[in-house]
Amino acid sequence: MSSKKNKKLTPTQQKYQKFAKAREPKPSVIKNCLKAFLSGGLICTFGQALQMLFIKYFDFTETTAGDPTVAVLIIISVLLTGFGVYDHIAQWAGAGTIIPITGFANTIASASIEHRSEGFVLGVGGNMFKIAGSVIAYGVFSAFVVSLIKVTIQALGGI
Amino acid sequence: MKKGHQSWIFNSKPIIISSAAVGGPFEAQGAIAEDFDMLHQDIWLGQDSYEKAEKKLLEQACEISIQKANLRKEDIEFFISGDLMNQIISSSFTARTLGAPYLGIFGACSSSMEGLALGSLLIDSKSANYVLAGASSHNAAVEKQFRYPTEYGSQKPPTAQWSVTGAGTALLSQKGTGPRVTSATIGRVIDMGISDPFNMGSAMAPAAVDTIEAHFRDLNIEPSYYDLIATGDLGRIGHQIAVDLLTEHGINIPKNIFTDCGLLIYKKEQPVIAGGSGCGCSATVTYGHLLNRMKKGEFKKILIVATGALQSPLSYQQKESIPCIAHGVSIEMIESEVL
Repeated sequence: MSSKKNKKLTPTQQKYQKFAKAREPKPSVIKNCLKAFLSGGLICTFGQALQMLFIKYFDFTETTAGDPTVAVLIIISVLLTGFGVYDHIAQWAGAGTIIPITGFANTIASASIEHRSEGFVLGVGGNMFKIAGSVIAYGVFSAFVVSLIKVTIQALGGI
Repeated sequence: MKKGHQSWIFNSKPIIISSAAVGGPFEAQGAIAEDFDMLHQDIWLGQDSYEKAEKKLLEQACEISIQKANLRKEDIEFFISGDLMNQIISSSFTARTLGAPYLGIFGACSSSMEGLALGSLLIDSKSANYVLAGASSHNAAVEKQFRYPTEYGSQKPPTAQWSVTGAGTALLSQKGTGPRVTSATIGRVIDMGISDPFNMGSAMAPAAVDTIEAHFRDLNIEPSYYDLIATGDLGRIGHQIAVDLLTEHGINIPKNIFTDCGLLIYKKEQPVIAGGSGCGCSATVTYGHLLNRMKKGEFKKILIVATGALQSPLSYQQKESIPCIAHGVSIEMIESEVL
């Protein structure tokens, strides 16, 4: 990709970009991975604890406990977004807070809050899925393709 | 009067008879809070949208500089202003309140010095007695328009900068006392092919360097002519690149006189990553902090090179690189006026 990009650049531009690159601090990959592992892991552990709680103290089975667990995580994430805390946690946690369901809830909540000033229809409704939209569109499409493959393999007498 | 290729010398030396800087809560905790004329605790400023809050900032900055000069808003003959909002609404809506003849400009974050240079030109050509030049930005409004929702939890890279919530204005006149605008260098658009909107410093540094070089060449002076040279909003990384680039081009600006408004405005411990940015950055730092220091006699001659990135959220999504510009304005205290 970078070589394709470089083709469009003049030699002066290429020279400058090399010059600038040497002076730009790089995001620390290992440190960020560790932080993401810790924070993401923590969220998942918390989710697991919630699930066990729902099974032990309420009338849920391992399959049905998923829904209330996710709901609680989403509510917490949306509340933290609303109180303006979530983005500060995310600056530290990186992928750790984006990948779990909490990140998805944050994209929708943050966009809704941001566009409240443009009203409920054009603002909140129209912009709610600004970031989450592509996740939903491509998520649903990928699920469709994967299920097609599964059905085909089964029809051919596979697994 | 034109000098060299792209500079103007203002023979009458238009006078900045008053100036004002208004900021938000994050600026109130910053390194130069005492140089703001007004600081707000609420980023909404009691308004119901961030855009309206930005307009309020600029309106207040206009009001304060007019008051300081003991004038009425009817006395303002021309108002020149720019900001980062689509269709420069903050400036235009402020002009609606002000009721003065208005020239709206867009030079992204270089609008502050573009306005000051054009205002000085109007005064110098005797086309006006009083010209008000201003610029503003609002952190949340900028994030909303150019990047992600404010509360969206994405991790910003170490090259990202923090847009200033603030507005600055300068009132120029043919007569009076105060720092005087002596020359200006209008920048060319420079594009080094950088397309990452989280790396503005690197994108804009070559434009700043180009304008600084042109300024010295056109005016035939050395960097040591100035007591301070400040770029607009290159931030920590862009500033270092500019320093190295200038050295490579054979221009040695002494380290202690070369700085950046984006580095002056916040304290080190504030989480601004690479430094401040936005129209409000160079406007508030220059019209508040730097002019105050000039009046105290700390500097006699300063050069402000406001840098701007001329991309739009659409051009970035269409994979266009970021064209950048920088405008330089030199402000001097004439000997007898140092209090």
